[in-house]
Amino acid sequence: MEASKLPGFLLRRGVKAAIVVLAIVICNFLLVHAAPGDPASVIAGQSGAADAVFLEQLRRQFGLDQPLYVQLWIYLKSVLSLDLGFSHRQQAPVAQLVLERLPATLLLTGAAFAFALAAGVTLGALAAQRVGRWADSVITVIALTFYATPLFWVGLMLVLVFSVWLEWLPSFGMSSVGVEMHGLEVVWDVAQHLLLPALTLGLFYLAVYARLTRATMLEVADQDFVKTARAKGVPEGRILRAHVLRNALLPVITFAGIQAGQLLGGSILVETVFAWPGIGRLAFEALLARDYPVLLGVFFCTSVMVVLFNLLTDMLYAIIDPRVEVAG
Amino acid sequence: MRDFWRRFRRNKGAVVGLVILLLVVLLAATAPWLFPGSPWDMAGAPFSPPGEMGMLLGTDSLGRDVAAGIAHGARISLLVGAVSTAAALLVGVTLGAVAGYLGGIADDAVMRFTEFFQTIPSFVLAILLVAIFTPSIGSVVFAIAIVSWPPVARVVRAEFLSLRGREFVQAAEVLGKSRLSIVLTDILPNALSPIVVLSSLMVASAILLESALSFLGLGDPNLMTWGFLIGSGRSVIRLAWWMSVFPGIAIFLTVLALNLVGEGLSDALNPRLARQRGGAA
Repeated sequence: MEASKLPGFLLRRGVKAAIVVLAIVICNFLLVHAAPGDPASVIAGQSGAADAVFLEQLRRQFGLDQPLYVQLWIYLKSVLSLDLGFSHRQQAPVAQLVLERLPATLLLTGAAFAFALAAGVTLGALAAQRVGRWADSVITVIALTFYATPLFWVGLMLVLVFSVWLEWLPSFGMSSVGVEMHGLEVVWDVAQHLLLPALTLGLFYLAVYARLTRATMLEVADQDFVKTARAKGVPEGRILRAHVLRNALLPVITFAGIQAGQLLGGSILVETVFAWPGIGRLAFEALLARDYPVLLGVFFCTSVMVVLFNLLTDMLYAIIDPRVEVAG
Repeated sequence: MRDFWRRFRRNKGAVVGLVILLLVVLLAATAPWLFPGSPWDMAGAPFSPPGEMGMLLGTDSLGRDVAAGIAHGARISLLVGAVSTAAALLVGVTLGAVAGYLGGIADDAVMRFTEFFQTIPSFVLAILLVAIFTPSIGSVVFAIAIVSWPPVARVVRAEFLSLRGREFVQAAEVLGKSRLSIVLTDILPNALSPIVVLSSLMVASAILLESALSFLGLGDPNLMTWGFLIGSGRSVIRLAWWMSVFPGIAIFLTVLALNLVGEGLSDALNPRLARQRGGAA
């Protein structure tokens, strides 16, 4: 892309992202009001059990006796000043609860994504090279299996095999409890705890990326510039790396951006299975306690993360690939 | 029709899938006779391993028969899968048809709306919806439908866009047919095959989604579901592996079968595409 067009492109994407975030806030607002019963008791997170004085205070704070658009305005103002409400169950602001849990979720989803991308692209490239041979059948079987297996069940089965039967890996939490550790020992301990959850979350996407890489590589391998390279006498290994794989990766990156939301949704299940102390676990705890402000906060934060991630892949893509349509 | 069946049969995986699917339907249909009484009732000693005490797949922590739970759960899974897919199709086809046939501002608005729903984390939204509207089979179906219509809208829009300029549509317009009747009787029947293929995959993902929701404790509290069985086996997996293993296999087989049938349908309905793919693979 020409350098002069880049700022305008980024601005348009930024505005679009802001509109999506706004729409998410409105969506949250509507959900609170669509809930059966009193919106105040939803905000309190204690359906039918909160005391009257407290509910009255909430009604005043959120202007619940005023017209809907005034309420929406009050709600928008508070969310946009990063006030996501207060969890009366946990006696802490929702924003703080979510931020505390964010690093663990980022570590888990990041590791799962890196694993899925690396292994998926490798498998897909192998399969594209040996069409109809073993690698090809292997990815087809892996893909069919992991498309059809519930994520949480894969996690439980890994726990059963590697923690319960073989006793190789821990099945619970993010670090060992009650053990004094320093420096690298801590890293090693967390890595051991991370392995199974990251594997669980990554296996499904491994299948997705492998299929996608295989398909795009077969498509690219047929194109003229590859034939030209071959005619020039470029070694086959270099053609694969520099010409085919590099071009085949672009759709995989786009797709990874689109899937970010699913990855975060999946981490709720994986964190529940492995008691991983991230946002997903927070959502599960909030679910058990019917702590609606926290649930709404988790929905808002994960949505914003997806929007930011999409913005990032858009930018990356525009910089890497000059053919990207600027107006898009 | 015979042609369709011949092409479907050529895909071995699809035939296997169809057989598995029919067996699951049979299990669901005969559950009240195979396992009379409520699956919530105590049937034997708690934590009996599979094969002991006359329990084929063992019992859970309260002595309930796991096999009975799976059979009764099949009814709920299939029902939720089918009904929520039907609801999602209704929304998706309507929006996609409006966008694709009218074009212009309507198209723009619908596509922005669809994009929004595809951006937000759908599983988190589904959890939120079920939690807020209190878990029941109705709220589960509603939540699944809300998060699964966008792909339908996209596919239908693309089909309508390409079909609305064809001669037979123009002919119908010249004849003075109303827009609604053109959409329903001329365009929609020609756009059916991708919708059919997509819906078998949607039933599969709806079943997965339902199991995930009930695993988290968001299922209908009065109904026995596969996800609930796995969820209740989670904390005692060291004591009773069978409680979580068997219901998971049931989900896996059902969803796999639906995916295979979907591929077979795709082959049978788009013979040209199937031959191309056969050539490339």
